[in-house]
Amino acid sequence: MTRRLDVVGRSLPRVDAAAKLTGSAVYADDLAPPRTLHCKILRSPHPHARVRSVDVAAARRIPGVRAVITGHDLPIRFGILPVSQDERALEAEKVRYVGDPVAAVAATDEETAHAALDAIRVDYELLDPVLTIEEALREPAGEPIHDHSYTRSPANVHRLVAYEFGAVDAGFERADHVREDVFFFPGNTHLPMEQHSALATYAGGRLTLWSSTQVVHYVQRALARVLELPMHRVRIIGAVHGGGFGGKTDPFSHELVVAKLAMLTGRPVKCTLTREEVFYAHRGRHPVLMWVRTGVTRDGRITAMHFRSVLDGGAYGSYGAASVFYTGTLQTVTYAIPAYRFEGCRVFTNKAPCGPKRGHGTPQARFALELHLDKLADDLGLDRVELKRRNFVTPFSRAVNWLRVTSCGLEECTARVLEASGYHQRRRTPGRGMGFAVSAYMSGAGTAIYWNGMPHSEVQLKVDRGGVTAYCGAMDIGQGSDTVLATVVAEELGLQPGKVRLVTADTDLTPIDLGSYSSRVTFMAGNAALEAARRMRDLLVEAVAARMGVADIDREGIAVGGGRIGEFSFEAACELAEERFGALSTAGSYTPPRIGGPFKGSGVGPSPAYSFSACVVAADVDARTGIVAVRRIWIAHDVGRAINANLVLGQIEGSVYMGLGEALMEEQAYRRGRHRWPSMLDYKSPTFLDMPEIESFIVETVDPEGPYGAKEAGQGPLLPVIPAVNAAVHDALGIWIDETPITPEKVIRALAARERGEPARQGPRSFPAIPFPALIHVDPPDPGDLRVGAELDARA
Amino acid sequence: MLRLPRLRYLRPAGPREAAAMVADLGERAMLVAAGTDLFPKLKRRQFTPDTLVGLGHLAGLRGVDGTRLGALVTLAEAARLPLPAGYAEAAGLVSSPPLRNAGTVAGNLCVDTRCNYYDMTYEWRRSVGFCLKKDGDICLVAPSSPRCWAVSSSDTAPAAIALGATITLAGPDGERELPASALYRDDGIEYLAKQPHEVVTAIRLPAAAAHSSAYVKLRRRGTIDFPLAGAAVALRRQGPEVVSARVVLAGVGSHPVEATAAGEFLGGRRLTAEVIAEAAELAAKPARPLDNTDLSHAWRKRMVRVIVQEALERAAAR
Amino acid sequence: MLNELERQVQREVIALDVNGELTELLLPVHRTLLEVLREDLRLTGTKHGCELGECGTCTVLVDGEPQLSCLSLPVQLEGRAILTVEGLAAGAELHPLQVAFAEMGAAQCGYCTPGMLLAARALLERTPHPSPQEIREALAGNLCRCTGYVRIIEAVELAAAANPA
Repeated sequence: MTRRLDVVGRSLPRVDAAAKLTGSAVYADDLAPPRTLHCKILRSPHPHARVRSVDVAAARRIPGVRAVITGHDLPIRFGILPVSQDERALEAEKVRYVGDPVAAVAATDEETAHAALDAIRVDYELLDPVLTIEEALREPAGEPIHDHSYTRSPANVHRLVAYEFGAVDAGFERADHVREDVFFFPGNTHLPMEQHSALATYAGGRLTLWSSTQVVHYVQRALARVLELPMHRVRIIGAVHGGGFGGKTDPFSHELVVAKLAMLTGRPVKCTLTREEVFYAHRGRHPVLMWVRTGVTRDGRITAMHFRSVLDGGAYGSYGAASVFYTGTLQTVTYAIPAYRFEGCRVFTNKAPCGPKRGHGTPQARFALELHLDKLADDLGLDRVELKRRNFVTPFSRAVNWLRVTSCGLEECTARVLEASGYHQRRRTPGRGMGFAVSAYMSGAGTAIYWNGMPHSEVQLKVDRGGVTAYCGAMDIGQGSDTVLATVVAEELGLQPGKVRLVTADTDLTPIDLGSYSSRVTFMAGNAALEAARRMRDLLVEAVAARMGVADIDREGIAVGGGRIGEFSFEAACELAEERFGALSTAGSYTPPRIGGPFKGSGVGPSPAYSFSACVVAADVDARTGIVAVRRIWIAHDVGRAINANLVLGQIEGSVYMGLGEALMEEQAYRRGRHRWPSMLDYKSPTFLDMPEIESFIVETVDPEGPYGAKEAGQGPLLPVIPAVNAAVHDALGIWIDETPITPEKVIRALAARERGEPARQGPRSFPAIPFPALIHVDPPDPGDLRVGAELDARA
Repeated sequence: MLRLPRLRYLRPAGPREAAAMVADLGERAMLVAAGTDLFPKLKRRQFTPDTLVGLGHLAGLRGVDGTRLGALVTLAEAARLPLPAGYAEAAGLVSSPPLRNAGTVAGNLCVDTRCNYYDMTYEWRRSVGFCLKKDGDICLVAPSSPRCWAVSSSDTAPAAIALGATITLAGPDGERELPASALYRDDGIEYLAKQPHEVVTAIRLPAAAAHSSAYVKLRRRGTIDFPLAGAAVALRRQGPEVVSARVVLAGVGSHPVEATAAGEFLGGRRLTAEVIAEAAELAAKPARPLDNTDLSHAWRKRMVRVIVQEALERAAAR
Repeated sequence: MLNELERQVQREVIALDVNGELTELLLPVHRTLLEVLREDLRLTGTKHGCELGECGTCTVLVDGEPQLSCLSLPVQLEGRAILTVEGLAAGAELHPLQVAFAEMGAAQCGYCTPGMLLAARALLERTPHPSPQEIREALAGNLCRCTGYVRIIEAVELAAAANPA
């Protein structure tokens, strides 16, 4: 069906612009109902210790202190994944990182609450901390971080996975050239401008929590579980959100703690983390050590790939059981790899827990993969872009690990950035270089975090007296999901987005949406909104048709648009429909098709559609100082269809920014088991004066399953930036920095290594021995087999 | 939210009364102008006075008379005034625009020494173990050292010293003047040579035309950051020849470090590329960065040569 | 800290001019402008990201110049004109910068936006037609994690384009 789109694709202002530009938008910390108590959390000063006792008597006696709680008040474990229920809101038995919560105070003001923390006496028995991947891979002499029933062997190993898709050994045998490389991607963090904040009230047996969260539904589940309340007595409201990037995608200690304190005191209780605490809440990018071996033919076609990763997970599971898969799954979505072996491992260490940051588990692997292919091209004397191009996946195909690729703009993205940057025409001058990389990302995870067959997103529409309201659990975290919802509904009903009122992210009022993670909202909530809006449109058209005397079969001819339906204004059409049908309410939902392959562990990686990006970075590298100055970045992103071009460009530019920060400066570093720089001064994030010009191109491939063909834009464009910067540095000076971030001292050390006659690189030398389990062998699918759901199951 | 501790705030009638108040209260009191350095440190309990003696309201400290700057002239103002280039440049490179709009020239001269075991919250410092500079008895950077190695992080101090600026101090009983170089001591804790109660009331710089000067700052980002290293140079020239020169470094020791050998070497020479390179080499020698700011000390030491060279080239072109 | 609760609180009546309205408040002298704006005056449009002067989020204008409210004491601000994001629009009419930010999509999560708008307003008052580099330098103290700054620069340029030549 082709029809002219009225509002989809235009760069209309966001629906929440006025509130955010006048200071009237209410973020979680802006809430201060009367009688609000202020909560502060006492955190562990030790990376690893047993808690012998917690004495809160003196704290309770301080005037103004209304309640003090410890782990004994909140004993039930929780965690975002059903397989990783390993956290407690307050730890009663042992602490596993500096920042682990131990006790909490509610007081009449923050000063008193803070002082009360000082009066709590905790008796710790110090345990040996485990601080690196290498340490975690040794059988511990002392106590492991978690109970052995939960971990593997050695005892600080959290997860181990091993898969083989197709005949990998045979693939290597027919290769003309095989290369191995090792890379390291240290962790970094989201650093949202807004600190996490939550406020809870408890009245009439019902708990209400306003929070800066990306996942109101999962927070509701965690609160119900830990507080032992039925779901219907827990209401979560997503406050206006000051930035997440994946950092607010877990249920957090402070959310559970304020809820418990509100139940105990009967008063509103608020906790806003300090900036330092945000660094401890973390759930940021995992440090990942990677080893990759690839066989290629003489003309650069991949015959087989073997990829190993080990992730430093920090103290808790979080999303880690999924993260380990993500370091291995999406390699096959950009490159047609005929045989692929992946072995992954995640370890526990006594550091802040890692989790999902923008790109979740894939930026590390993308960094390794793109640079590895560049090196392979250099080995073969082939143009780097050409080698990658020869291996690009084809649209509408199935990868060796069963991931289904639908629309794919890799070729067009590549062509756009090559042409705009003049990559192949660049003059080779020492100190000036260009790098190229591509990537792919999911438009929503194809499976929910907890197993169920229900929709991932639902939208209800209400129309009365000419007014339209859309209800959806989706949480706008700044990416513009509210605007996307309004635009989709407006498009179908022939209105402007500003006419659509929105009620979102309130578990009492809105139907389910799983949350703002895995780039799922435009695709999934967008499709749900589309279905609800088309049903509403049908009702309105039917009523108008009846009044105009148009036969059923001719209804298609009734034009909807410009605020009119057929001969009637939208308002008049609504009146006709309300007269005819009574209350006007429609609903839509979206359940992803079952697309994962027929094997255990196939739930991580499948997505109804993938976005694609290509990037060229131009950088100057000063051999005297080692300083890398990125001059310009060209990026093209296949978003399927831009529902709002301004929003898409904003996501692309923001992703480029964050990728550049990770490439050059951002690092969650530790010293003596403590976060080395938990402040915005010392954790370096790029400023206005550190950003180069960005030239962005939107590529539209119109995906068959996305709403109007749309796919994701919020995460994918980050991925190619990091390897493209490294490739540009190599292009400039002939050195490989195989470990992010590219600090000036690493450049200098690589140059010095070359002068000594050693390999001109900085990075890890080897990959440790890991007791990976036996490989799960999976027969590859027919690359042309795109069947889903029951048909796919039948084939398997 | 990080908050200030409970404090008394006193408003003296003038700098001498301010000095008398602090002298009277001893360690309980601290002087405050804009507070851009002091307030974060109070919030992190790096300073623990219970009384602040405010200077911000003293209009008499705000004036500009040619190149004599009242203590309360803001860094933003100083960067715009027709002052010796090296000093104005340094003032314009301190921190970020909103902090330069509040921060004062005297405040930046007196800015506390920095160390990434010290510029942390109370809870963080307690977790790792308190250090010599505050609440502890060991230097965490150099545990066998009897002294504190916190780093002088003023951008304007090296420029003021290189230019031979004079500082006016007010005490309870009167004023005294001293050369900017005499304001500092090579100690991370007692980094100022003045009495704690003495109030910096003015900075007198030479006429802009008297020197060719420049300040080059090395930092990770284009703004906000303290210097990883800084190089201030001031040259007096007669025709193409350097009559006298001073080279002073920021961020490489507990005080602004004067590279006297480089300065002496430049005297009587012409600023050829070779001379500049040789002077830069000499200037890097006294720099002793430690592993207590950002990036490695080896890299920072290497960079001193580069920024001194750039500062000399820039001054030579002026 | 525990021992600090033993200290007396010094309170003073302070007259603050915020958004052209003079308000007298009885304040502990150690309360920062940020706390007073958000908690006493309930002007929560001013946000905070670090409270240590490291991020620029809490920027307000003092006599037209951007300053950080987390490092300002109301006792030092009597007689100074304080402008917050709530005072940027002229009544119901948005300031040209607000219009331009909406038009360009320069606010994503919106948390740094109040500080950005105020820093930009100070720039345009002084330099009606800034170059992109002048915009970058003037706003350099304000961090943003969503936008990559691109659209903020473009929005300031757009607002400046409406200024008389």
